[in-house]
Amino acid sequence: MHVPRRSRGAFTPPGRSDTRRRVAGSLAALATAAGVLTACGSSDGTTTLVWYINPDSGGQAAIAKTCSTDEYTITTQTLPQDANQQRVQLARRLEAHDSGIDLMSIDPPYTAELANGGLLAPIPQAEQDKLKQQSFKGATDAATWNGQLVVYPFWSNTQVLWYRKSFVEKAGLDMSQPVTWDQIIKAAADNGGTVAVQANKYEGYVVWINALVSGAGGTLITDASKGVDADVTINSPAGEDAARVIEELAQSKAAPPDLSIAQEGQAGATFGTPQGAFMVNWTYIWHNYDATQPDVAKDIGYAKYPETVQGDSSRPPYGGIGIGVSTYSKHIDEANQAAACLVEPKQQATNGAMTGNMPASPAGYQDPQIQKLFPPALIKLFEDSVNTAAPRTVTPYWSDISGAIQSTWHPPASVTSSTPATSATFIHDVLTGKKLL
Amino acid sequence: MTATTIPREATKTSPTGPSDRSVAENRLGQKLVAPALIMMVLVTAYPMLQALYLSLFRYRLTTPDDKGFVGLGNYVTILTDSLFWKDTLNTVIIMVVTVAVELVIGFAFAMVMHRIIFARGVMRTAILIPYGIITVVSAFAWQFTFSINNGWVNSWFDWLPGISSTTNWYGDHWHAMFAIMVSEIWKTTPFMALLLLAGLSQISEDMLEAAKVDGATASQRLFKVILPNMRAAIMVAVLFRALDAFRIFDNIFIMTKGAQDTESSSFLTYRQSIEQFQLGMGSALSVLLFLTVLILAYLIVKFFRVDLAQARGEG
Repeated sequence: MHVPRRSRGAFTPPGRSDTRRRVAGSLAALATAAGVLTACGSSDGTTTLVWYINPDSGGQAAIAKTCSTDEYTITTQTLPQDANQQRVQLARRLEAHDSGIDLMSIDPPYTAELANGGLLAPIPQAEQDKLKQQSFKGATDAATWNGQLVVYPFWSNTQVLWYRKSFVEKAGLDMSQPVTWDQIIKAAADNGGTVAVQANKYEGYVVWINALVSGAGGTLITDASKGVDADVTINSPAGEDAARVIEELAQSKAAPPDLSIAQEGQAGATFGTPQGAFMVNWTYIWHNYDATQPDVAKDIGYAKYPETVQGDSSRPPYGGIGIGVSTYSKHIDEANQAAACLVEPKQQATNGAMTGNMPASPAGYQDPQIQKLFPPALIKLFEDSVNTAAPRTVTPYWSDISGAIQSTWHPPASVTSSTPATSATFIHDVLTGKKLL
Repeated sequence: MTATTIPREATKTSPTGPSDRSVAENRLGQKLVAPALIMMVLVTAYPMLQALYLSLFRYRLTTPDDKGFVGLGNYVTILTDSLFWKDTLNTVIIMVVTVAVELVIGFAFAMVMHRIIFARGVMRTAILIPYGIITVVSAFAWQFTFSINNGWVNSWFDWLPGISSTTNWYGDHWHAMFAIMVSEIWKTTPFMALLLLAGLSQISEDMLEAAKVDGATASQRLFKVILPNMRAAIMVAVLFRALDAFRIFDNIFIMTKGAQDTESSSFLTYRQSIEQFQLGMGSALSVLLFLTVLILAYLIVKFFRVDLAQARGEG
């Protein structure tokens, strides 16, 4: 298959057509590049702000439309479902100085990490003052890093105890008074019911553990500002109380068979079965069964998050979303203006009404859209729960701490009274780089 | 392609050395391959050297101020950590079990594809379908299959001891490992079958005919004629699949996310570098993974005496 050298020339097109082809190629390349470059600006001259949102049922897209002005249009792009994957995608793209992200919805535990890495543009001081006035204290705390508000508190979620009224009646449990984990586990086990929680190896499991430890008066770590030298405090009587509750549920007949792989969705499905009795889950559960299982929807009752220790007020989980502006956005001023609009109490309420994710401000709770959606007693319960919620520690190392807890506390059936001690050592070793996570 | 029964001596070059024509052909071949080779070196050597350099640092993407030179510290941390060895063991178990099972099933499939007389095209296509499916998609399918909530394994096989409607396949280590390995075997057996089919088609019908005439039974023909003559093809299939299986990632990522200690070496590397942004530690793990694969390939080639050239029919 030897091709003689000279014969190659026979296949070369004449000079002119070659030039023409090159020009055509360059034009095509230019056209493509122009298409890519103009993607961040509309044809009518207005700026396009791209908002990376966590998946929802359309609330964020709706308010993006409302907050678009003559100067800029806010468009949305959806991030992965999993909170950690959202964090990974945002951080990696921002570290690569991606200017295609202007605004982003950020889960509270990862706010400090992104802010510490210099990936979030500062929020104007006047706006920070206004946001502090407007938002719940828990929402403000979760959005603060190094004394500065680094994201706009948008929605703040909390968990309550959901129960099946028919089951509770059968079990004879008085739900008008605060109940403990021991009580609901025993009631469910004795009456053929289940207690649905989030105990898969993921962030949601740490949310539960954090709530249990906080409910017993403890913390996972303190002095988070010391970074890797923070004090790991999970090995405490409160940590042992939390381990006792998890062990008790995992070993009891009230544990759903899918306990070790249950996330919010699986817990919701378990609660909807005939064995469903109790569940801790976020606010959107109230309307979860309206369309699919109306009989379950009618049977749902709600109460404050269960107590870890009888007599000690529970500290429900805190979740939510803050809106951050990217350092690498080419339109930081417009993005800040847009974010300020997106977190107005009215927009928070519109989003809440469409998605079930509650506002981050008392004014948002008062909005007629929210008032119409939930019974007054439930709204009050949500508000009380947010006010007494225990946010996860704000630290740039949260993903390490959370991962170390997941490694040592999962599966729930392996949890014993020695788990807090094991996990404290492991967290410390991971933070100081002595152990792999 | 030559049959493996031809004596090796016969395939060696003559004492007078290669002919001018084969020298010229070789030279042309080298020239044709050169651009691709240079490109490959550029795109693979740079990241490899970069990884080697990064592995000597404590470097986390989100805490850039904390970057510092640690020498071989990352390697020491990794090699003295039980998690690394646990994950390596998992990977080896998955590799050995899946390759062994795939070899047996793959051989049966290869025989079917080779011998079938009617509906040959349909049968070959049917056997190859799993290999054409993207691993992530097949992993999702198998995740649902074994799911306690909506899978069919529990309801179809609840007559077997140890399986009931409440068996949580992702609830403990061995159940989860079983599910992962089943999905891996299902997905890659066709590849094994394809490689073995190539080996099968090399065996001359005359040889089998002769064995038959000599009174060899079917099993004698299989063990004394077919398998020995397929040795090179089998070894290449084992080598390719073993190296492939050692890098297992997708199935674990989709099915368990590494829970129940089902993490593999690749998954550990992914978590360190992608999820935790630990570029230093992640790079050190990547380097170790690369070395492990290299050693594995060397061992397989050495101990099983795989002759890649012979398998390609260039002997």
